[in-house]
Order: sequence, then structure tokens, then C-alpha cells
Amino acid sequence: MSKLISSVSPHFFTRRSTRLIMLDVIIALLPAAVASVLVFGPRSLLVIGVCVASCIVFEFGFEKLCKRENTVGDLSAIVTGILLAFNLPVSIPLWQAVFGCLVAIVVVKQLFGGLGQNFANPAITARIVMMIAFSGTMTNWVFPGTLKTPDAISSATPLAAAAKGSTSMMPSYIDLFLGKHAGCLGETCALALLIGGLYLIIRRVISWHTPLVFIATVALMSFFCGKDPLYQVLSGGLMLGAIFMATDYATTPHTRWGKVIFGVGCGLITILIRFWGNLPEGVSFSILIMNILTPYIDKLTRVKPLAGGAKK
Amino acid sequence: MRMGGIRVPHNKNTAQSHSVRLGVPGTVTIPMSMHIGKYARVIVQKGDTVKVGQLIGEADGFVSSNIHSSVSGTVRKIDEIMTSMGVKVPCVVIDSDGKQERYEKLAPPKVKDFDSFVRAVKESGVVGLGGAGFPSFVKINVHDLKKVEAVIINAAECEPYITSDTRTMVEKGEYIFKGIGLLKRYMDVGRFIIGIESNKREAVRIMQELAAETEGVEVHVLPSVYPQGGEKVLIYNTLGRIIPRGGLPLDVGVIVVNVTTLAFIAEYMETGMPLVEKCITVDGSAVKEPKNVIVPIGMSIADVAEASGGLKCDPAKVLYGGPMMGITVPSMDEPILKNTNAVIFMDEKEARPPKITACISCGACAAHCPFRLDPRSIARAYKLEDGAALERLEVDLCMECGCCSYVCPAHRPLVQTNKLGKQVLRKFLSARQARKENDFKERSVRERQEKQEKEAKK
Repeated sequence: MSKLISSVSPHFFTRRSTRLIMLDVIIALLPAAVASVLVFGPRSLLVIGVCVASCIVFEFGFEKLCKRENTVGDLSAIVTGILLAFNLPVSIPLWQAVFGCLVAIVVVKQLFGGLGQNFANPAITARIVMMIAFSGTMTNWVFPGTLKTPDAISSATPLAAAAKGSTSMMPSYIDLFLGKHAGCLGETCALALLIGGLYLIIRRVISWHTPLVFIATVALMSFFCGKDPLYQVLSGGLMLGAIFMATDYATTPHTRWGKVIFGVGCGLITILIRFWGNLPEGVSFSILIMNILTPYIDKLTRVKPLAGGAKK
Repeated sequence: MRMGGIRVPHNKNTAQSHSVRLGVPGTVTIPMSMHIGKYARVIVQKGDTVKVGQLIGEADGFVSSNIHSSVSGTVRKIDEIMTSMGVKVPCVVIDSDGKQERYEKLAPPKVKDFDSFVRAVKESGVVGLGGAGFPSFVKINVHDLKKVEAVIINAAECEPYITSDTRTMVEKGEYIFKGIGLLKRYMDVGRFIIGIESNKREAVRIMQELAAETEGVEVHVLPSVYPQGGEKVLIYNTLGRIIPRGGLPLDVGVIVVNVTTLAFIAEYMETGMPLVEKCITVDGSAVKEPKNVIVPIGMSIADVAEASGGLKCDPAKVLYGGPMMGITVPSMDEPILKNTNAVIFMDEKEARPPKITACISCGACAAHCPFRLDPRSIARAYKLEDGAALERLEVDLCMECGCCSYVCPAHRPLVQTNKLGKQVLRKFLSARQARKENDFKERSVRERQEKQEKEAKK
């Protein structure tokens, strides 16, 4: 008779795992990836590929160097790679993309203790670092070359156009919704991002609170500021940020009310930067700032346990 | 507001399996502790002849329980046994003569009022058969009977696999209602609530039919969400009441009784045969034929496995009770206890726990906790041995139901860290108490000295 295993209950476990959750996120990102290829041409695939590959290499290499357990298998590095690529213009020099991955994986994620320990979203922070370091190439927007005309021409993003007031450069709602306008790789096609978001909500990977409140806040505030709410919602990185970045587990609040506060905060900061700031877009900064506030929001909105409180 | 909880696979393979009585084993090992409270005192000696239902261990102290022989035969030895809780407990080993002769002096108890009812329940040796093992006579011995507004009959049976309570309802439905009659008469309770999970259709139907003929009995069909059968959860989901910290159901006017316990009490009043056998569910991936069997208390798990059809392979893990809160059995020689309601044999594949990975802070543990605790933060506070944080997180409320460990996608052992967190908290609180007392002592000494000095100056 072999020895019986002794262990603490429970002895049943869910089949869900970190890897499956990350796989769901990757699946949810696929429509936007397809859209990016259709809108910006095959080079977007190259950017995504380079980002994913370098994120994996950096994660593997850093963990090897530090003699930590290899966690490439949990697929989180792939998610970071795709998200970072989605936040870059299609014309980005590849070495700069690789540098961004280094910042995301090594500086923001691994130096703080790896998966689940980072206080800020790796892809967002890397994008901000790149925007400051390579402001030229990071804002070198190209007009979507359709498959017929691969020679892209420089263009303004819808938000930049709106900020300048040049209505002739502003795309129509339908073009905004389908993503046929200048911008980062993955952020332009609202339709694809919404499909991905819906998938994540149905699969219960994320809750609807943050994305909805974030987007609703931006729409409402735009309305009160006399701007076109639909235009503001559909342009820039709002959809990508609200659905995929403001719902990151480690860097956003866990309580329901915390998620609502996080969404409102992101929305307000986005509006502040868009309408009164120097930059045309503020989604990345708003999420980063709210990331930093997350522990405080969590503390503020802590749920009281049932039957708790009263001491005997 | 709804309580948290999880949907687990039910695996109620044996719900239709009529309970069958297994053959008498050659020996039984009956521990003197199959209940919460003080061990029973052994009152037989090596070589004594005993019969079925004869008292062999006497309740010792206020919270304890009588223990009876489950076979007829000879006492081989008085020994000690290492239980699954890791403590050594005296036990009586009896060689069976196979005749199963009934002890002559057994007779149905004469019950005429509340006190004699409590005494009879004590004599029967019954303990909470849902798994808790708390002596039933202590529970029903309420000093102020007016406090009891309702009795909740726990028939939720929310653990996967287990169907022994289901079989009680299907096979012994009338005894449950006889039990209700007894409580009505002797405890003067007017309201009874039977709480059943919706996945037991046949049992629900039978209970509803019988309840229609009885006054004051409500059948609450509850969603099949684990841990529906947890005492506090059941009270909340039937009556909406919350037991205060450290309190008992009685603090909210309720007594909770397991359905099989109640049926047994009613049966005992008719037959006078104490608790000597148990209907248990034998299931799990290593079992050839999952079924419900009636076995004498003290029969070894190895004997049960063999007599109920055998195992497919050597089990890797064996449990007393279900997979959510069940306790791993250290060896196949362990006996069936009074409060055993199932034995689950798991093969290598089912027993192997998934790999533990890093916490991704998804918050699933907190979202599913019935009491809205935050196991993720508790685990961190435990690691830092931060007693103050554990007090703030109210880890002492945790009932260790296992929802957090179950849902964790990183498969972190959260129940374990909750348990350990409770220990750290206890240490922290007693240290604080000691410090307070010490401060008080020092202050009074100092004050006395100052007083003396003042007087000396005068």
C-alpha cells in the first residue's frame, strides 16, 4: 500500500488557471489584431510579433538571470507584448519597440516582483516612457494605408485634428468606429475592441464596471464641455485603455465601488489632459495615475465582512 | 444581499443508490473521541464480552458523548489510535463474533418531559451527524426554551459526492417528521424550516409532501451553491439573520439540526438502539461501484472499501467527508466514526493538487467568500505576521469552507493561510492582553509607591 497523501482541505479545485485567464485575454485581443492588419497593413503584424517575442525573451532571460522560476508558460508576457504593440504607431522602428518591451517586462514587471506584484500597468508605463524618449517616432502617425495603397502618408490622429480644429482632417463616425483613421496599432477599431471586451465580460475575466464607468465619464464630461461625446469616445486610446488596461488585476481596485471610482478618476483625468493639457491624448497617463492611487481606493472601499465588527 | 459561494461539480453519483447494510467486519476499532468535547471514559476491559448497543465509553464532563459497541463479541484490547487530527485517542478494539446480538438491557426510553427527552438523547450517544460531531443533547439542552423561535433542519448536503442525507430523506422521511413532532412536544417550538439544495429533487418532493400534512413545517428549496449547508449560511439564506461574532445560532433564536441526526433521534425513541451504525457514501475516482452503505461504527476504511465492491487502484488520497471540507485519512486502518457521512477514495489523478503559481490579484477569493473576507490580504498579513492587520481583516470569522482555495486560478492554499492567520491573530491578541495586564500591574505598583512616598513625607 502506497502512502496516502495528507493535505489541507479543500481537495477540489477549479479548472481555471492563470494561463487560461491570460489565454482568454489573448483571444479577446485577436479581433483588434486582425483589424490592425486590415487598417495599417502587414507591418502591424511585424510590430506585434517583435513585441511578443521580445517580451517572452526578456521575461525568460530575467528570470534565468535571477534564478527565479520560469513563468513564460502563464502567457502574461504575451499579453503585455500584444498590449504594448497595440499602443505603438505602425511605423515605429523595431529597436524602439524592443526597448519598450524591456521597460515593460524588466523594469515595471520583474523588478517589482513579477506577475501580480507590479503597481503600474507594464504596457502603459512602457508606452509613456517611449513617448518621452522617442517623441518623434511615437507620434509619427500614418494614415491607414488600405491594402490597395500600401504607401502610407503622414496624418494627424482624430484627437490631434479635433484639438487643432481642422474639421477637414476629422474622420466620420463610421470610420472612427471601424478604425479607418490614424492612431496606434490596436486602438483605432472600436468595433474589434468592443467584441473583445464583451468576450472578456461573458467569460467573467473582467467585470463591466470599470470600462463602462470610464467611457461614460468621458462621454458625459465631453458633453458638458461642449465637445462631441461620440467623437471623444471613439477616438484615441479610450476603448483599448478602458477595456484592456484599466481592468488589469494587479494594478486596479478589487471592490465594486473601487472599480467605479477608478473608472471615474480615469475618465476625469483623460478629459483634463485632452481638453486642457498639452498632449492630445490622456488615457495612458490617467490609467497610470489611477494605478498609483489603487491601494488607497481599495482601502477606502473595503467591504465589511458579514457578522464582523461586533466584538464579544 | 446574496451571500457568496461557489458552484462546484455535484458528483452526486449515488443519489439513487439505496443504502445497503454491509457484512459485519472481523474487528472494529472504536475511538473514545468521535465528538467535540471531552473524550468518553472507557468502561469495559480486555476480555469483556459485549453486545450490540452496549455502553463501552461513558460521557465524561459537560460536553462529551456516550459510546456504544457496534458489534457483539469480545474486547481484544484497549489501545490508543492516532486520529486524522493528529492526536492520540484511547480506543476499544472489539473482535466480532458475527452474531450481532442485541444488548438485552436496551429498551425504548421513557420520555415524558423536556428533561427526560434531553437525557434520552444523551443516552443515545448521538452527535451532529452532518460532520461537526457536536453532542446533540448539549445543543438541544436550551435553558430558556422561549428563545427558540425556529428549528432549521439542515438537509442542504452541499458537499460534492455525499448523498447519505439524501438517502435519509428518501428512505426515512417519516422519522424526520416524527423527530419534528418530538421537538414540538418537548421543546415547544412552533416553526420548522427544512433547508434543501435544489439538486435533490426526489428528497424535496418527499419532504414537501410530508410537510403539507404537518403544521408549522416549511421546506425551503435553496440554490445548489456551496456552502449552502454551512450553519451560518443556512440561517442567512432561510431567515436572513446573521449570527454575531463568536455567537451561536441561539443568539438569533435558531437551532440548526442535521436531518439525519433528527431522524436518528426519532428512531432511537422507538427502538432504543443507540448510535452504532452509520449510512455513508462511498465514492471517488478510485471506487469501482459508488454506493451508499450502512456500516458499523469502528469498521476500518480498508474493510469498507473491500466490502462495498473494492477499489480500481491503490487510492492516493482518502477523505472523511466530502472534497471541500473533508479531512485526509492518514491510513486505511482508520475507523468509520459517528460523524463520518462519506468516505471518498481518490486516485492519483484526482488527488494531485494543481500547481501553485503567483497571486495575480484577481480578487476571485474575496468575491466568492460567503462572509466577504479578503483571503488575499489575509495571506499577505499572515506572511508578515501582522496581527493588527489580521484583526482588521477579521480572519477569525473564517469558517474554512474552502471557496477561496477552490476558485483561486493560481491555486494558492488560501484556507491554509486563513487557518494559520487565525493562529497568528490569537497569539497577537493574547500578547496584547498580557501587555495590558502587565501595564495595569506596573501602574498600580507605581501608584502605591508614590502614595507611600507622599505619606512618608508627611
